Amino acid sequence: MKKFNKIMSAALVASMVMVSMAGCGSSAETATEAPAAGTTAATEAAAETTAADGATIKIGGIGPITGPAADYGIAVQNGSQLAVDEINANGGINGVQIEYNFQDDVHDATTSVNAYNSLKDWGMQMLMGTVTSGPCQAVVEKTQEDNMFQLTPSGSSVECIKYDNAFRVCFSDPNQGIASADYIADNKLAEKVAIIYNSSDVYSSGITEKFTAEAGVKGLEIVSSEAFTADSATDFSVQLQKAQAAGADLVFLPIYYTEASIILTQANTMGYAPAFFGCDGLDGILGVENFDTALAEGVMLLTPFAADAKDDATVAFVTAYEEAYGKTPSQFAADAYDAIYIIKAAAEKAGVTADMSVSDICEAMKPAMLEVSVDGLTGAGMTWSADGEPSKAPKAVKITDGAYAAME
Amino acid sequence: MKAKMKCNKSTLSSMITIGMVVAAYVIIEILMKAGLVSSMLKGLLVPVCVYVLLAVSLNLTVGILGELSLGHAGFMCVGAFTSAFATKCLAEVIPSKGLCFFIAIVIGAAFAALFGFLIGIPVLRLNGDYLAIVTLAFGEIIKNLMNVIYLGKDSTGFHLSFKDSMSLGMGVDGVMLINGPQGISGTPNVSNFTIAFILIVLSLLIILNLIHSRDGRAIMAIRDNRIAAESVGINITKYKLMAFTISAAIAGVAGVLYSHNLAILQAKDFNYNMSILVLVFVVLGGIGNMRGSIVAAVILTLLPELLRGLSSYRMLIYAIVLIVIMLFNWAPKAIEFRKKHSLKNMLPKKASVKEEQ
Repeated sequence: MKKFNKIMSAALVASMVMVSMAGCGSSAETATEAPAAGTTAATEAAAETTAADGATIKIGGIGPITGPAADYGIAVQNGSQLAVDEINANGGINGVQIEYNFQDDVHDATTSVNAYNSLKDWGMQMLMGTVTSGPCQAVVEKTQEDNMFQLTPSGSSVECIKYDNAFRVCFSDPNQGIASADYIADNKLAEKVAIIYNSSDVYSSGITEKFTAEAGVKGLEIVSSEAFTADSATDFSVQLQKAQAAGADLVFLPIYYTEASIILTQANTMGYAPAFFGCDGLDGILGVENFDTALAEGVMLLTPFAADAKDDATVAFVTAYEEAYGKTPSQFAADAYDAIYIIKAAAEKAGVTADMSVSDICEAMKPAMLEVSVDGLTGAGMTWSADGEPSKAPKAVKITDGAYAAME
Repeated sequence: MKAKMKCNKSTLSSMITIGMVVAAYVIIEILMKAGLVSSMLKGLLVPVCVYVLLAVSLNLTVGILGELSLGHAGFMCVGAFTSAFATKCLAEVIPSKGLCFFIAIVIGAAFAALFGFLIGIPVLRLNGDYLAIVTLAFGEIIKNLMNVIYLGKDSTGFHLSFKDSMSLGMGVDGVMLINGPQGISGTPNVSNFTIAFILIVLSLLIILNLIHSRDGRAIMAIRDNRIAAESVGINITKYKLMAFTISAAIAGVAGVLYSHNLAILQAKDFNYNMSILVLVFVVLGGIGNMRGSIVAAVILTLLPELLRGLSSYRMLIYAIVLIVIMLFNWAPKAIEFRKKHSLKNMLPKKASVKEEQ
């Protein structure tokens, strides 16, 4: 018994240390995003004071603002907040102010559903979220049950919007895979292609699947297709060596930028220099800490948004975003910014008022979404079909001199 | 006479534990009928029940059998995946969702018990630290195994691959059932609070009856002194396996509830963090004390969500609360304080299970 107690206490100490370390991890992240949270709170307070005289339309947002996918959630939170503030300053939706509340889901399905439920208690009428695909698949079941209008800025897997109450702003995974293969084949960027993908991620494997199928049609030869999982995302030398040995002249990276930055660094150490091509997940690679951006030179990526575009809307958005948050906006911020304006456009078309019930709003928004055409940052003249998919043209950008430049 | 007294005492203790659960259920049901429960709490009811089941089942291994298991999430994973798979396959054959779910619960529990039994045979030959390490490893093995299974179904039958979904070579009508690390998606959300409540009561009945039975005393004898138990002729392997398998089966049932509560099920959720989390519930609630496990699981599952108002600081506060509870439960001064001000002073007859230990 004594021995058992001893073992028990050792295990307990270990678990306590782990739990407190987990706490520290999130608190460290809290510190980095504190300014953003501060401004959000301030603007929310402002929105509440202006709303004091009348009813407001309550829009909720869900995304990871702590944890491994925090960058995407914070970008979405900031981008959407910017749009909400602009709309409120210009008189709101049909003259009604928007009240906006963004909740953290730590990129976890259970927490995401909890966040959704707490937003419902707050009185949410429409949902702008969730940011990541996995949690989105869980939340869409709940919004369908409640018949709540849902628009995800960046949930790209097919199942994210499988019900008719859900729409999205970004491209779906299959579309990205097909578009990437087409782009590489049509522009003759390479003949032998290697793929390194994350098999534990819906986004990454969804793209890979369609890319492989489309590459076969287009006559691209896939010489190696190597997977990693979230648990083994620190060393890619094996995958790179296989790609090199197979003689691939282009490596396709349908993954997020954190892993991609490691791959680029390791490829450089190995002296392997193929062309690298990625999807919208690579957006943000120039902002990775301790990453030599010179290594990303020449990397091509398919994304609907380039921060250096010269059109007025993008310039205005980028300036406002940098002013408010001190960072260059990523594609996620742009998607979220567009999402709020899309909700506005559809809500105005549908004649949504603040006193309508959740279900009534959803019924009014569904046909309105099919009719609106929105000129946003991530595409001009975006329209939606009944399955919730947007129709817009993909853009490819290339990293030159440490910045994203549009490709012809 | 004395034996009869003892029996009554233990029955009373079990009755209090189960009565507590029933009372909680009735109160929440009444509040729900009255519309006083927020949607957030409603959404949390099933997850809370899942963790209660897990805590109770792990307490059987840790508290009653006296072996430290760090791989409990593995059994939950087995229950979750087998049952979700069964539901997806049976959905077309059996129209009744209730019957389908019942079969899924049985299948989940059976497979988790089978895994518990198979793993228990080699593992339970070890003791203490070694057992803890090996169970940790088994938990991870189960998780990683689920991570590489690709299973699809088309008109020609089932296709299985350990590489990727492309190599299944399915026909156009093929449907992915288990998609590797992305797991199973689209499981119907049939778990509800009433079913979860019934399962908790059933599990408690099984565990409490086991503890107070002849087998239970044999199990506790092994925990208290293995050599003495062996010398009086107790079959160590048999009783260890019995406790371990029942514990695994109940963890499997928790997995079934979990997988039928969300539309998406991924193996990565069942990592060692989950095992440790459940162990924390057991330890904070009091090792060997079922009532304590239930209370700890409820409080510690609700806490992070109730702290949502504090936004990003909530996990920091959660960790501090854990440390405070730990001190309150285990620090000598705190124990002294509790003894002085305990209700038990006023009702000396009600000895808890913990004291029997």
